[in-house]
Amino acid sequence: MELLAFGKTGWGDELFYATLMTIAVSITAMFVGFLFALIFTPLKLSKYKTLNLVGNFYTTVIRGVPELLVIYLFFFGGSGAIMYVASIFGYYEYIEINAFITGSIAIGIISGAYSTEVFRGAIQSIDKGQFEAAKVLGINKFGQFYKIILPQMLRLAIPNLSNVWQITLKDTSLISVTGLVEIMRQSYIAAGSTRDPLFFYSFAAVLYLLLTYVSMKLINKLEVRYSRGY
Amino acid sequence: MDFDLMITSFPKLLGATVVTLKLLSASLFFGLFLGLFFAILRLNKNIFINKFAYGYSYIFRGTPLLVQIFIIYFGLGQIEYLRTTFLWVILKEPYWCAIIAFTLNTGAYTSEILRSAFQTIKPGIIEAGKSLGISNKIIFYKIQIPIAIRQSLPAYGNEIILMMKGTSLASTVTLMDLTGVAKYIISTTFKPIEVFIVAGGIYLFMTFVIHNVIKYLEKKYSFQQ
Repeated sequence: MELLAFGKTGWGDELFYATLMTIAVSITAMFVGFLFALIFTPLKLSKYKTLNLVGNFYTTVIRGVPELLVIYLFFFGGSGAIMYVASIFGYYEYIEINAFITGSIAIGIISGAYSTEVFRGAIQSIDKGQFEAAKVLGINKFGQFYKIILPQMLRLAIPNLSNVWQITLKDTSLISVTGLVEIMRQSYIAAGSTRDPLFFYSFAAVLYLLLTYVSMKLINKLEVRYSRGY
Repeated sequence: MDFDLMITSFPKLLGATVVTLKLLSASLFFGLFLGLFFAILRLNKNIFINKFAYGYSYIFRGTPLLVQIFIIYFGLGQIEYLRTTFLWVILKEPYWCAIIAFTLNTGAYTSEILRSAFQTIKPGIIEAGKSLGISNKIIFYKIQIPIAIRQSLPAYGNEIILMMKGTSLASTVTLMDLTGVAKYIISTTFKPIEVFIVAGGIYLFMTFVIHNVIKYLEKKYSFQQ
């Protein structure tokens, strides 16, 4: 137990901050994912074949390629791409991007592919009459989506989004390969310096279980709230 | 775009794909039995057996695969007693550690898939078997299992694809699988995009094949024939 003490003697505070980092990366990645879903869901539902193709390309490639490979692409390719853009503007110094940003974007793109599928499914399962009725009542486009489609869509999407959240949360462990100090990385460091990997990795597993358990409980509350009318 | 690199790295990556496929098939094979075993335990009426099986699937589905591999590869070696048993022959090899971790992981997901498949079998089918005087054992092996397998095919297809992506984590315990070799080429040439296209293409091709094989099997074993 002294291994988990807070302060200089133990790893308690380090692991606590690492847990906060995992939560921060997961939430950021989830929001980045929503942004991607916001772009690609309309593409997948569009009438135009070319736009469909772009949307399908994104979800198929990201969901068919290992997360780790995507992270390596961003880890090794990220700063190169930024430096290339900077060189156009005449800036030739080495630019290193923050591991937090690279990681959140990489995981966000993965999470976004799953979110896109969830939103597409949710919108498609809303009765066509709802769209037509909203149009007939003369509600403007914004109101149609925001006041009529979105609330119904969320009810259908939340159970599946909770799965996406779980996937995202677990995927953040992979960012440890880029050196961002989240639960997995911190456990790796602690295991290395104390020569007690069994304890620290098991503790990491407990932390992840705790995170998934608590988030499940919170999401269940959301689910109840959004299905009030049913 | 460096096409030469893409062409020269292709055979290397293809060679590494063999490792990926070996890991995948071994863990799926053992995982299927483990999953079936735990699915049967889940259906047991004894609350302790039931909770035990639930706990297993909850723990392995609630933690990242990376943690599971690290516990088995780095963690278990720490137990002095294990080093003296014959198990150490297996546990000192990263290859077998990866397979054990993948098996336990896919077993947890498979047990959930099979459990829900068993639960969706209509009681009337089992009753019909009973009234024909077929023994419980044969009802289970000849009626329940085939129906459950058919029911769980779409979900199991997804699980195979997820597991294929999961094998990429073997590269974190020094195995040179497809992702491991891809990372090695990226870190020596600093051309991530080219390597990503080739390695990602191979993964996508495997996804495509698995997807279509499952689709074919679903069609072949569908009830409307």
